[in-house]
Amino acid sequence: MTKNKQTLTITIDGKKIAVEEGITILKAAEKAGIYIPHLCAYKDLIPHGSCRVCSVRVNGRIQASCVQTVSEGMVIESDTAELLEYRRMIVDMLFVEGNHFCMFCEKSGHCELQAMAYRFGITAPQFPYLNPNRDIDLSHPDVFLDHNRCILCGRCVRTSQELDHKNVFQFVNRGHKKRLEVNAKGLAETDLNVTDSVVNACPVGALMKKRVGYEVPIGNRPFDHASIGSEIEKTEGERK
Amino acid sequence: MKQALEKIVAEICDSFGNDRTRLMDITTAVQRRFGCVSDSAIDLIARAVKTHRVEIESLVTFYSFFSKEEQGKVVIRLCDDIVDWMKGYQQIADALVKELGISIGETTSDGEITLTRTPCIGMSDQAPAALVNDVAVTYLTPERAVKMVRELRKHLDPHQLVTVLGEGNNSNPLVHSMVRNNIRQKGAVLFADFESGTALKRTLNMTPESVIGEIKASKLRGRGGAGFPTGLKWEFASKTKADRRFIICNADEGEPGTFKDRVLLTERAEMLFEGMTIAGYAVGAELGILYLRGEYSYLFSYLNHVLETRKNSGLLGNSIMGKQGFNFDIRIQLGAGAYVCGEETALISSCEGKRGDPKNRPPFPPQEGYMGCPTVVNNVESFCCASRIMIEGAKWFSAMGSPRTAGTKALSISGDCRRPGVYEVPFGTKASDLLELCEAENPGAMLIGGPCRQMIGPNRFGGIICYDDLATGGSIIVFNKARNKLEIAEHYLDFFIEESCGYCTPCRVGLVLLKKYVRKVVSGAGEPQDLDKMLKLSNMIVSTSRCGLGQAAPNPVLGALNNFRELYESMVSERKHGLQPDFDLTSAVVDSELFVGRRSLYV
Repeated sequence: MTKNKQTLTITIDGKKIAVEEGITILKAAEKAGIYIPHLCAYKDLIPHGSCRVCSVRVNGRIQASCVQTVSEGMVIESDTAELLEYRRMIVDMLFVEGNHFCMFCEKSGHCELQAMAYRFGITAPQFPYLNPNRDIDLSHPDVFLDHNRCILCGRCVRTSQELDHKNVFQFVNRGHKKRLEVNAKGLAETDLNVTDSVVNACPVGALMKKRVGYEVPIGNRPFDHASIGSEIEKTEGERK
Repeated sequence: MKQALEKIVAEICDSFGNDRTRLMDITTAVQRRFGCVSDSAIDLIARAVKTHRVEIESLVTFYSFFSKEEQGKVVIRLCDDIVDWMKGYQQIADALVKELGISIGETTSDGEITLTRTPCIGMSDQAPAALVNDVAVTYLTPERAVKMVRELRKHLDPHQLVTVLGEGNNSNPLVHSMVRNNIRQKGAVLFADFESGTALKRTLNMTPESVIGEIKASKLRGRGGAGFPTGLKWEFASKTKADRRFIICNADEGEPGTFKDRVLLTERAEMLFEGMTIAGYAVGAELGILYLRGEYSYLFSYLNHVLETRKNSGLLGNSIMGKQGFNFDIRIQLGAGAYVCGEETALISSCEGKRGDPKNRPPFPPQEGYMGCPTVVNNVESFCCASRIMIEGAKWFSAMGSPRTAGTKALSISGDCRRPGVYEVPFGTKASDLLELCEAENPGAMLIGGPCRQMIGPNRFGGIICYDDLATGGSIIVFNKARNKLEIAEHYLDFFIEESCGYCTPCRVGLVLLKKYVRKVVSGAGEPQDLDKMLKLSNMIVSTSRCGLGQAAPNPVLGALNNFRELYESMVSERKHGLQPDFDLTSAVVDSELFVGRRSLYV
């Protein structure tokens, strides 16, 4: 099966780019040095399309760019006032849905949700806090799960399945009661190992390694210096 | 006891071939047998079908008819749709609570009876109604509710509650139900007489391509509400390269106020199955699935019997009606209480034995549906129409209806009217004509197409039923002038919050936030800018949600804002000095007061 992939032309924010067929809008944009903000899309995992941060307008209709594949002549808008507003609202929703205390959180500076809020210029959520009662699972010797910070992006669910070939995590319940569950009474009883890829998959501080929280001091962390997405945009600058 | 559980769960799993894709059936059977799907049962099922326990738990906790905690031997599910509220839900709930000595959501201490609420069970024409296990109890009054509980306490057998039978097949021993059909107006397509095999006979004399051509020429559009051209859908599925294709009938009639499919399933099962078989022939499928909502499980035995009879008469199975090489069979998949499964990709997930999470679209089901194969998903009524079209011809069918929407539509009309029931009317019928037909009482508003569509006021009663004007999957609820439209909007917002699958952020979180604004305004604490916030948030949820549920969920609020804005405006007022009238300091400090063991003096 060495079928040559066709090259298609699409337009993102007025810029014409050549892309290979079959890839998603998000990936195509990234290759062209255009960053479309996203949270649940992660590496080469099967896209989830759940956070909706990567929403773009495709030929006039709003679609999640992480799941939508490119087609010839597609006209995509991403950097518009409307979409920025929607993305802000989504990030706000994720903040008020859980219990996020950036100032005390060891993930600060590594956290994609926090970084997204900085990128969007959010200082405080516009929505009222929902203040849910959520648990912390400290049973595992090397890893802990703090449900307070979980944003239900499913990166752990998919990484465990697709990269670790296990099935440690899954969602239970539905609607606003939906939450992450593990494949046993607690994390300690699962086959989760600290060396599994899933341990590094969480965008927020929900799934964390124990005893290494402050190895990199605050102030020296990636998002302390550069905004999320800037690596992608920088490549574009170099190309110019 | 533990051994018994092990043995019975193993037997149940075995009876479904330990097949992971049949988890809905396995879980339903375990729930019925034990009144719950306990942690131990979850482990046993996972082992039998060779999957992880969390996958089973994920499924069990998704559907409202499954529970991990043990329920009573009898579960009373009182329908709490708006129509039931209008007909006395509260008094019946109060009577049940008093008689049982428990609150809603609880089980009696002897473990015998559980009382709970459930959204629309498809009985709005005979509300208030309840499901008692799988028995539908209709036309409830507080007195009848109390009598029912006293009887149940004697025998714990809901089937004995049925003493007066409904008309038609409701009195068939396999249905044995008090449910009434309430067919008020018969049309030429659905409720005209139908003889089994006639449509199929004409179909099998044609090539599959010409059958698709006939359906296309008839201009039949999907009756579920979205109105996608049926022939085109069949063509897409038939042209997608694949080894296997499937036909699914969406009988998950969950849109509040809709019950016409209930009547079609009761009285036109043959016509429906024939329509599915026609689709199977046209598309090249060998299996059809009828996805029957859990609320209609009282029809399960009867429908299975109809399938058996059709098999025995050569209308299903191998070489149907002697046509060599045409093999088609139908199985029934029972749902378990999840509105979102009416969304076709969620319905497919459920058929595959998974949570009813919608799938990403594209690919659309005709390209990649059930088990990844091309799949046609059509509504009950659409398949019935297909049968009639194959008998009478495309021309006959397309001559009926409005200029752009052919045929007739089965409508479920309920609410403030003297003659609630099913009406088959040509497309193009005016809303005001419907009000007359059903003998509406002092009508002030109509909810056309259920809460996922729109509520209209008298200024639009001249509109017509069709896809370009007043689109509906069949639900029409009439409200008299005294009804509080904002309460109705809030009621349905609660419904969508409960029924959201929780997959995507805007629907999962946005609806809960929208509810906070609505509550603030309705409680009198709102400010003028709150209405704009509600509008902005609603538009965002509509625009960014992943499936049709989220995209429609703000409609009750948007409808009220757009069509009855003055009602909201009258409830908000400007506040001075930046005061936040919705901030309740007393309740905000309750937790901290409990923690430090002090109480405020000023409560």
